[in-house]
Amino acid sequence: MPAITNDTVQKVWDMLATVADPEVPVLTILDLGIVREVKVSGTGENEKIEIIITPTYSGCPAMDMIRMNIRLVLAEEGLKNYTLTTVLSPAWTTDWMSEEGKQKLKAYGIAPPNPQQNVCTPELFQQEEAVQCPRCESWHTHRISEFGSTACKALYQCDDCREPFDYFKCH
Amino acid sequence: MNTSLVKYILHLGDTTLILAQQNSKWCGHGPVLEQDIALTNISLDLLGQARNFYQYAAELMNENEKSTKDFIQSLGMQTDEKITEDILAYHRKERFFFNLLLTEQPNGDWGQTILRQFLYSRFQYYLYEKLQEHPDTQIAAIAAKSIKETTYHLRWSSEWVIRLGDGTAESHERMQNAIDNLWPYTGEMFLPADFEADVKIDFSGLKNKWLDAVTSIVKQATLSLPENENKVYMHTGGKEGRHTEHLGYILTELQYMQMAFPGANW
Repeated sequence: MPAITNDTVQKVWDMLATVADPEVPVLTILDLGIVREVKVSGTGENEKIEIIITPTYSGCPAMDMIRMNIRLVLAEEGLKNYTLTTVLSPAWTTDWMSEEGKQKLKAYGIAPPNPQQNVCTPELFQQEEAVQCPRCESWHTHRISEFGSTACKALYQCDDCREPFDYFKCH
Repeated sequence: MNTSLVKYILHLGDTTLILAQQNSKWCGHGPVLEQDIALTNISLDLLGQARNFYQYAAELMNENEKSTKDFIQSLGMQTDEKITEDILAYHRKERFFFNLLLTEQPNGDWGQTILRQFLYSRFQYYLYEKLQEHPDTQIAAIAAKSIKETTYHLRWSSEWVIRLGDGTAESHERMQNAIDNLWPYTGEMFLPADFEADVKIDFSGLKNKWLDAVTSIVKQATLSLPENENKVYMHTGGKEGRHTEHLGYILTELQYMQMAFPGANW
């Protein structure tokens, strides 16, 4: 989150902090790094706010709902003079996920993303990422599938406690 | 409005939409659950990419200028309604879709679906590498966003080509058939349409890079390209809206609801 320069900006960030991700409800959209910037121009009645968000994956079906939930929260707070802009560049990365978000994910039973590694290269048959089991904390795990229940997750299984689990794959 | 640019954006969107639609037919029918999920994930990425292109094309097409209206009419659409991503996907007829012919080819067996994805993902990866640098910043942004997803598709499909080609006698034969079936639809990718020349899409080196990578993986998979692969007759026309018979059926299914109940909403 960039440095806060203005009371209104702080208020808007606080409102956005209450919007949860519809697929992973323990995370807020701030934890995910979806909100990139809140800009304010003008003062008093002419004050205009621009909220800039970016999608996680191109096809993430949660984005339409997130946009709607942002509008609902802002409407409840009586905020009207704003625009909600979606930008694609720079492309979202799991490196933008907050530390707090990673802890919440783990507590929820989803392994949080490792720091950006080599998974974004086209090399074949790469060594699997070492992912820690969110339940028993063992590192003896293996990947079942690079694609999971949502675009942002891969499917792993723990070789110690045998539980299958989701890994929020680094992207 | 730069009509060549909009046509190019539609070409990119149509290609990803049609491949998404084809792949999505495997939903519930994949050989094992994990691979069923992998392919539907890939469909979802491609559909999202198509939406990004359509949203951008729609934005450009909503300029209130006579030349823009003429262009919309030339694509067989009404000019009295606001153009949206849905209108572009649902209200355009086959002749005005500019997707690559490769993407509309039938799913066939698992081998053919894998190979289609492999041939396209390899191409998409090298093309979008270049598009990330395109002077149109929104095209560049969509390409940069998409290529991260394409990298997954590329690895997944390449690994499957090797696994199946170098697998059993049966899977080897099916992969070889898939290569022979789909190869004639690959030439079109590297044949620039007029609108691509206009928007300065840089094709230099693209074919060689693609062919090198494809050749090396096909070899690893113990498969072979068709004999004299450079002399195989190549089908063309998708970029100009001249399609194989398959696209009509795909659109019939894809557009059915909006054709039967125009404007229907959730």
